[in-house]
Amino acid sequence: MKQFMAFVKKEFVHVLRDRKTLLILIGMPIMQILLFGFAMSNEIKETKVVIVDQAIDNSSAKLVARIDASEYFDAEIRDLTITDFNIEAAFKKGDLKILLIIPPSFESHILHEGSAQLRIIADASDPNTASLLTTYLTSIIQDFQKDNLSIQTIPYNIEPEVRMIYNPQLLSAHNFVPGVMALVLMLVCVMMTAITIVREKELGTMEVLLVSPYKPALVMISKAVPYLALSWINLITIVLLGVFVMGLPFNGSILLLFVESTLFILTCLTIGIFISNITSSQQVAMLISLMGMMLPTVLLSGFVFPLENMPKLLQWISNVIPARWYYVIVKDIMIKGTGFMDILKETLALLTITAFFFIMSIKKFKQRLA
Amino acid sequence: MSAIEVKGISKWYGKQKQIAVNSLTFEVKKGEVFGLIGPDGAGKTSLFRILTTLLLPDSGNARVDGLDVVKDFREIRNRIGYMPGRFSLYQDLTVEENLNFFATIFGTSIEENYNLIREIYIQLEPFKERRAGKLSGGMKQKLALCCALIHKPTVLFLDEPTTGVDPVSRKEFWEMLGRLKDQGITIMVSTPYMDEAAKCDRIALIQKGDILAIDTPENIINSFPEKLYRVQTEDTGRMLKILSEYSSGLYAYASGEYVHIAFNDNLISPQEITIVLREHISSEVSPEEIRPNIEDCFIHLLRA
Amino acid sequence: MNDKVIETDELTKKFGSFTAVDKISFSIEKGEIFGFLGANGAGKTTAMKMLCGLSKPTSGKAKVGGFDVYTQTESIKKNIGYMSQKFSLYEDLNIMENITFYGGIYGLSSKEIKMRGEALVEKLGLKNETKKMVASLPLGWKQKLAFSVAILHEPKIVFLDEPTGGVDPVTRRQFWNLIYEAAQRGITVFLTTHYMDEAEYCDRISIMVDGRIDAIGTPGQLREAFKATNMDEVFYSLARGAKRSE
Repeated sequence: MKQFMAFVKKEFVHVLRDRKTLLILIGMPIMQILLFGFAMSNEIKETKVVIVDQAIDNSSAKLVARIDASEYFDAEIRDLTITDFNIEAAFKKGDLKILLIIPPSFESHILHEGSAQLRIIADASDPNTASLLTTYLTSIIQDFQKDNLSIQTIPYNIEPEVRMIYNPQLLSAHNFVPGVMALVLMLVCVMMTAITIVREKELGTMEVLLVSPYKPALVMISKAVPYLALSWINLITIVLLGVFVMGLPFNGSILLLFVESTLFILTCLTIGIFISNITSSQQVAMLISLMGMMLPTVLLSGFVFPLENMPKLLQWISNVIPARWYYVIVKDIMIKGTGFMDILKETLALLTITAFFFIMSIKKFKQRLA
Repeated sequence: MSAIEVKGISKWYGKQKQIAVNSLTFEVKKGEVFGLIGPDGAGKTSLFRILTTLLLPDSGNARVDGLDVVKDFREIRNRIGYMPGRFSLYQDLTVEENLNFFATIFGTSIEENYNLIREIYIQLEPFKERRAGKLSGGMKQKLALCCALIHKPTVLFLDEPTTGVDPVSRKEFWEMLGRLKDQGITIMVSTPYMDEAAKCDRIALIQKGDILAIDTPENIINSFPEKLYRVQTEDTGRMLKILSEYSSGLYAYASGEYVHIAFNDNLISPQEITIVLREHISSEVSPEEIRPNIEDCFIHLLRA
Repeated sequence: MNDKVIETDELTKKFGSFTAVDKISFSIEKGEIFGFLGANGAGKTTAMKMLCGLSKPTSGKAKVGGFDVYTQTESIKKNIGYMSQKFSLYEDLNIMENITFYGGIYGLSSKEIKMRGEALVEKLGLKNETKKMVASLPLGWKQKLAFSVAILHEPKIVFLDEPTGGVDPVTRRQFWNLIYEAAQRGITVFLTTHYMDEAEYCDRISIMVDGRIDAIGTPGQLREAFKATNMDEVFYSLARGAKRSE
């Protein structure tokens, strides 16, 4: 035990003395959260929409109220007949992104002719935003149709399929905070653990350690301890940032999240140790960690690209990506507030992956140099 | 019982089965300083790794302190000290931290075996707060030795401890080994510097996995089969050129300020060479007979 | 015509308050084999870096191949060759590829590279091995090849940093034959070594202690001055007085 403590202490010294790496490891989650949160968010919130209501009847008023009530839009009524509101000038000024025109006799058109035309004009110089706004607005109008005018005879009672092509998951804090958690823990545990063990091989210190009574398996475990600690720090940082800066809800049990996260951290550490067992240079260890772990984590965990839309093969592959399960766990605990029984499947999946890599590590483990 | 017993140990690498160690057999007695002398690639490191249980031999068996290097590897690891060829301490840890770490890993403390390392550690003490990476070559070597000694090993394996170290530090290092020997520790040490051979009790000259000779340095020198002469010269290059032009197979090698020439009685005589050299270089030239050194023996064995 | 290929005058390099090289002054003539000795940490590497134009001196003057070490480092680099024990050739390139690469860097035409390259492998007895990876060569061959490549462009000076470490005694002597030949062609050889017998093979040597050059002369002169029977003793009596043990 004394030996173990001495070893762990040495590992902490390594980590703490390498200031630059430490700074990156601690700063990275903060950077990622802020980047995803502020710079990359495509979320639409309270965008100004100008509505030219030429009907001013019961139906048009209801529609306007509905648009205004949504969290996406802030409606502003203009009357072309009274003011000298110039559509083109407003768009050119750039503060207007989308405009809705409700034609005269809107209600009577719907009731008597069974059809009414609305005109949406959007600033397409930024096509992504334009199409996003249009889609949002259209879907509000459709909701309005369904709820208020559920008369059988309405001919345009169609349900258009709405697809968000630019930001398929509608990336929001709800999605990316759990995603960043998985990513950061993966990076710290898998890559750093693999690198730090392989570094001993490269330095030649592994030779001396092997020729000592200290059990080689303990070398691996002791080397992983600082990264467990570092991961906990990162975990707390991300959760705090997520809740207090990004306004994420925290509905579930903190303890459960901590336990599940620790399980995920262990999964990653085991993978890191496994990688270190099959490589002998830091470069290779880093490449394997990045290509074999980080990339699938980003692509196949469901946090950037929805898994449901993927080919069956990729969906199947995603089952072996630990982050895929952890991502669900975090979302369920934090946002849905579910209990342990609801994430049993995910927990078991993580346990299985951990056990697999643990056994593989033992099998690949070398008591000697070659 | 011998401290080290090697019986027919072989090791080869890769698909071509390149021989690193070729069926070696020898013994190292308790309390002996045993030197493996040979250039890079001779198989020294492979042999060290087999004996320190880091590599499995492809054939043969070996015992260290009476224990089998394959079966009893755990127990061997408790007993031996090993200093690998390259500097293998933590560069970002201080001198003291390194030593403390290795002491604890071996289940001991600096205090417990301080008497063993005192003489070496005293020289390191002024720098104990310094990180190991910032030490000079000689100091690093001393620290590594301390770390290998901290658990009072019965057998000490030192793989090229003096390579790249300046002559003064090298001399000091060998003096330390002498004192360790006095404490009863068996030492197996390898070196590419032939002049260090004389400091060992027994040596094995090794080249390409084979032992060329194994004996005390004294006996190896005595077994040099030919008469060896030396000629002093200011221009070694020119003298060697003249000699090789005169007789291409002649044993003539530079050695410091001299050229060493060996004479096999029935070929060329020293008198003949003297005439040649006086004619081409200077009338002052006069070869004198000398005792060969280990390097002469090594070169001679390599030629055989 | 000035035959001094290297000339230094109170050349100094300081790192903060630490004086790595302390006012060294010496000169080396064309075709000389100059041994640059000293204990680990005495300042050899720093001095060599300044002479190769890799490190700017703090004060003092120095000319290498007639070029100033402050202002004409590019010209210096064109006129020197460099080889060290640690790095010299690319292990994953074959012999000819290494030769072509180095010839290319030093601006030889492909005709010259081909001519000199062929002469080189012929001389080293590697004619049938040109497609072999450098990694697969024995160390002795590597070192000989590295040296030959370092002087492929016929530099004025070649710097050798512990060129023979770990090489067997016979190969070491073959290596020295290459050095003698180069020197006879007029290439100045500047080398460091830890083998004291090699110090004797040099025309002149200097011994650095604590950043200073404490002794300089022919091996015979130094032995005489220090009343020693061999270089080992000379070195020992000088370096023992060293204060610095970095």
